[in-house]
Amino acid sequence: MERIKVIEVKEDVLANNDRAAAALRERLHDEKCLLINLMSSPGSGKTTLLSATLDALADELSIGVMEADVDSDVDAYTVRDHGARAVQLHTGGMCHLDAAMCEQGLRELGTQGLDLVFLENVGNLICPAEFDTGAAKKVMILSTPEGHDKPLKYPLMFEVSDLVIVSKIDVAPYFDFDLARFEENVRLRNPRAQILPLSAKTGEGMDAWTSWLREAVRAWQA
Amino acid sequence: MHELGIVFHMIETLESVGHANELAHISRVTLNLGEVSGVLPDYLLDCWRWAADRSELLSGAELDIVQVDAVTVCNACGRTYPTVAHGKICPHCGSPDTVLLRGNEAEIDTVEGW
Repeated sequence: MERIKVIEVKEDVLANNDRAAAALRERLHDEKCLLINLMSSPGSGKTTLLSATLDALADELSIGVMEADVDSDVDAYTVRDHGARAVQLHTGGMCHLDAAMCEQGLRELGTQGLDLVFLENVGNLICPAEFDTGAAKKVMILSTPEGHDKPLKYPLMFEVSDLVIVSKIDVAPYFDFDLARFEENVRLRNPRAQILPLSAKTGEGMDAWTSWLREAVRAWQA
Repeated sequence: MHELGIVFHMIETLESVGHANELAHISRVTLNLGEVSGVLPDYLLDCWRWAADRSELLSGAELDIVQVDAVTVCNACGRTYPTVAHGKICPHCGSPDTVLLRGNEAEIDTVEGW
């Protein structure tokens, strides 16, 4: 029997992912390409919001989109129709993207000349929050039918997000969605997060969203 | 079900640890797992067995999970309390101004091998 060695590692299970994500973020900073990790539940209106965002900004910014799903490519076709360079990523059953998968997608997309890339993460409020993808900003979308109590149930997602978008605000009254209580619940988890109610359908709040994006791109490229 | 993704990342780290320490085989891995880390031990063990057995270095290796109890400290009164029983609100003074002290970790502690 050979001698057994005991080695102290003391390293977070995702430390290697965090290192890969930090390296990717630095590279994208050098390339002046702002990557935004867009996270939400399925059906929150990510693709609809992206389509409206592309319509508003396609003339002034070069935008790419990576659509991540377990399967299918319907979303990539939709956003391509709105003028973005788009690729579909399949996670092959995984519930999230990590930095290596994101980097692979960016290679396929080609970041050259792009000011802004949206990573539309897998629809899920739990797992995507755990993995740093290398994005400069994390934005989560909560649609009003999901309810104002979600920050209490999925705290990590709200803790890691820089911006929380409340989508489908035009139908909030039908779902008894209480925006003030929602804001309170978010603040409890993340006092730094900005909260932005909007409706891609009526256009309410869209100017504030596009201004936020313009400012984020400007700051990243400065 | 992010446990499978976590296991893949663990195996990547363990393979580089094994390589750096010139190990031919890893027989046991100890993981410190926080009570509120969001990682389910049963799922993690199932994913571990499936994935570790596909690695030459880790085939048959045991995963020991050591649970770390979650503790929160209150910024208002300075006292600590068990997180799972009371959540964000301090049971001593009722303040919501509290910070998780430990219980969120998922950390590879030690590796045994030859």
